[in-house]
Amino acid sequence: MEKLYTLNIVTENNIGLLNHVTIVFTRRHLNIRSITASESKIKDIYTYTIVVKTTEELIGKVAKQLEKLVGVYKVFVYEDHELIHQELALYKLPISAIKSGINIEEIVREHNARILDIETEYILIEKTGHKEDTQKLLKALQPFGVLQFIRSGRVAMAKPMKSLDEHLMEKENAYTYNDL
Amino acid sequence: MATSTQTTKEKKEQQKTKTINGAQAVIQSLINEDVKTIFGYPGGAIMPIYDALYQNGSKLKHILTRHEQGATHSAQGFAKTSGKPGIVFATSGPGSTNLVTGLSNAMVDSTPIICITGQVHSQLLGFDAFQETDIVGISMPVTKWNYQVTKAEEIPEAIAKAFYIATSGRPGPVLIDITKDAQLQDFENFEYKKITKVPSYYPYPKLNMEMLREAANLINNAKKPLILAGQGITISDAEEELKTFVNKTGIPVAATLFGLTAFPSRHPLFVGMLGMHGNYAPNIKTNEADLIIAIGMRFDDRVTGDTSRYATNAKIIHIEIDAAEIDKIIKTDVAVLSDAKKALIKLNELVQKNNFDKWLTEFRELENIEIKTVINLDIYPKGDEIKMAEVVHEVSEQTNGEAIAVTDVGQNQMMAARYYKFASPKSIVTSGGLGTMGFGIPAAIGAQLGRPDRQTVVFVGDGGFQMTIQELATIWHYKIPIKIILLNNSCLGMVRQWQQLFFDKRYACTIMTNPDFIKISEGFGLEAKKITEREDLKKSVSKMLEAEGPYLLEVAVEKIDNVFPMVPGGASVSEMMLKA
Repeated sequence: MEKLYTLNIVTENNIGLLNHVTIVFTRRHLNIRSITASESKIKDIYTYTIVVKTTEELIGKVAKQLEKLVGVYKVFVYEDHELIHQELALYKLPISAIKSGINIEEIVREHNARILDIETEYILIEKTGHKEDTQKLLKALQPFGVLQFIRSGRVAMAKPMKSLDEHLMEKENAYTYNDL
Repeated sequence: MATSTQTTKEKKEQQKTKTINGAQAVIQSLINEDVKTIFGYPGGAIMPIYDALYQNGSKLKHILTRHEQGATHSAQGFAKTSGKPGIVFATSGPGSTNLVTGLSNAMVDSTPIICITGQVHSQLLGFDAFQETDIVGISMPVTKWNYQVTKAEEIPEAIAKAFYIATSGRPGPVLIDITKDAQLQDFENFEYKKITKVPSYYPYPKLNMEMLREAANLINNAKKPLILAGQGITISDAEEELKTFVNKTGIPVAATLFGLTAFPSRHPLFVGMLGMHGNYAPNIKTNEADLIIAIGMRFDDRVTGDTSRYATNAKIIHIEIDAAEIDKIIKTDVAVLSDAKKALIKLNELVQKNNFDKWLTEFRELENIEIKTVINLDIYPKGDEIKMAEVVHEVSEQTNGEAIAVTDVGQNQMMAARYYKFASPKSIVTSGGLGTMGFGIPAAIGAQLGRPDRQTVVFVGDGGFQMTIQELATIWHYKIPIKIILLNNSCLGMVRQWQQLFFDKRYACTIMTNPDFIKISEGFGLEAKKITEREDLKKSVSKMLEAEGPYLLEVAVEKIDNVFPMVPGGASVSEMMLKA
C-alpha cells in the first residue's frame, strides 16, 4: 500500500550531493512531492527533508541506497503520525482586497495566519501549517484575486527524543573505517 | 653515513616545499599510491597531466588504448587480476563520455577503478566550451564517488580520497574531474597523505556476533543446506576461509559467475554454477534446500529467476558487506553485515560437521543428467561442426584451468563460464551485471598486465570482437601476449538463441556478414589462424598457447548452437530447461 513518507537525510555540504540524492529517487521511478534543504544545528551538516508517496518496502530500499552515498551520514524515514511537520505559505493579494468590504483581517485571524507586509499595491500574508491548512486559506483568499502564491517544502521533526548526535554516534560505532 | 642521512632529510624538506603544478601533483600522487600502470587517451583538456607524465616517464607505464572505453575495461581487467585499482586517464567531453559504459560496468561489478578526466578551464564551466561536458553530473549514478577539482592544491587529497573510496568496503569506480587551470596552477608544499577515513562514508560494518551465532545455529541444524559463493569472497581474499568452512561443515557449494574462482571447481563439494545458464543441480536444488547461505553475492536476477518462487523451502542467511543489498531482492532470515572473510573466520569457530551424503548424492544425480543430456553433447559433439563448448573445454584442458580466462558477453561468456574449469583464484574476468559486449579484448589487456606472470586467454564472439576491435592495435603496440579465441558463429548468438526460443525464430538483425578476421588481425600485426575442422582444434590450441606473443585463433563454430540448460526469463530456477 502506498503511503506518504518523509525522509530526513543528514548530509555533508557538498556540491552535487543533492543531485546524487535525487538520482536515487529517479532510478526507482519515484516522484518527489516536496523537498527542503538547509543547514542543521551542526555547521556544514545539512538536512534534506523529502516527501514521497510509495510503499513501505520501496522506501526502505531507497533509504539504504541513500545511506550508501558518500556524503550522506544518516537517513530517517517517518510516516506522518511519527512527525510534527509544517509548511510555510506566502500569499500576495492586490491592495484592493482591503477595500473590498470583506474583512481580510478576520480571515487571516481565523486561519491563524498573519499579515507580513502592506505596500501601496499589495498585501502579503504568511501562514505556516499542514498543506491542507495553507490550501484552505488559499481557497478563502481566492475571491480577492491572489496575485502570487508560494509554498515551501515540508520541514519535519520526529517525535522520538533521541538526538541527531546520538544517532550519528550509534552509526559511527557500528562501523570501522579500515579493514582491520 | 651521517652526511648521507642529512642529505636525504634535506632532499625531503626540499620536496616538501617544492612548488609544483597540479598536473605534476596528479602524477606524484599516483606514484605515492604505488601506481605502475595507467590506461588512457590524451586530449586537449588533459594535456598538462600527460606532459607531467612524460616528464616522469620512467616510473609510470602508460598504455595508450585506442578508445577511452577500452581504457576503462583494461583498468577493470587489471583490477580483477592484480587486486589493485585500475587507473584511467581521459580528456574532457567525448573522452569522458566514452568512460560511461566502463564506469557503469565497474559499478555493478564492484570493480575498483579510478578515472581522472581533464576538464575545460574553470572559468569556462557551464559556457558550452569546446569539449566541455558535465561528466560529474553524467557519471553520478555510475560512480561510487566523483569530484570536480578546480584548484591545484585540492589534488592530493582528492586523489587520496579516490583511492580510499574505490578500494575500501564494497569496491567501485570513482572519477576525478580536473579543470585545465587546476592542472596548470602552481602550488607550494605538495604533500601526499593517504586517507584512512572519510566522514559520512562507512565502509566496514562491525561484525554482529549475535547474528553470527544465529547463523551458526541455522547452519548446524540444517538438513539440506547450500552455499552460494559470490565475488565478495574473492574481493575479501576469503578463498581459504571458504574452503575451511566447506570442509568443516560438509555443505555443498554453488557459485555465481564471479564466484567461480572463489572455490576450486574440482573440489568434491563443488556443485556448479548458479543462474540462467548455470548448472542444472544447483538451480533445481535451490528450491529444495532448507537453508541458503549466501556469501558476498547480491541475488542478481540472472541468479534467482522469478524471485517469488526462489528458494521456496529455505531459510536465508546473507553474509554481505553492503547494507543496501540485504533484503533488496530476497528477504533474509539472518543478515550478517560483514565482509566475507571476517564473517567466515568467526563462523568457522561456531560450525560443526554434519552428514549431507544423501543431499549431495541428489546433486550428483542431477549432475549426471546434465552430463548425459547436455555436457557430453556439448564437449564431445557428434555433428560435423565445431561447438563453442568443445573449444573452451580444449583450452581448459590444455591450460589445466590455470590460465586467467577473460570473456566477452553472450554465448561465448556462458560457454566459457560453464566449461572452463577454474583451478586458481582471481582468474575469471568478465562483464557480469552490465553484460557489456566489447568488454573482452580490452579487459584481457588489463588482466594480462595485472598479472604478467600468468597466461591470459580471452573468449570472444564475432559480435563483441567488432565492438572494440581497435584494441588489437594496443595489443600489437605493447606486444601484450594474450591469446584470443574468437568463437565465430557469424551471428549474435545469445540474442539469436532467444529469438529461436521465444520469438518463433524471427532472427531480427542477428545474422552477420563478417569481415576477414585473419586479415584484420594480421593487419594489426597479430599472429592469427582460422580453423573450421575439428581435427585441427587440439594442435591449433596448443600452437596458440605456445606462441610467445599475442595470438588470435578463430574457430568457425556451429551457428545454430544454444546454451543449455537454461532458466527462461520469468521462470523459477526449478523450471530450468535441459533442452528446447
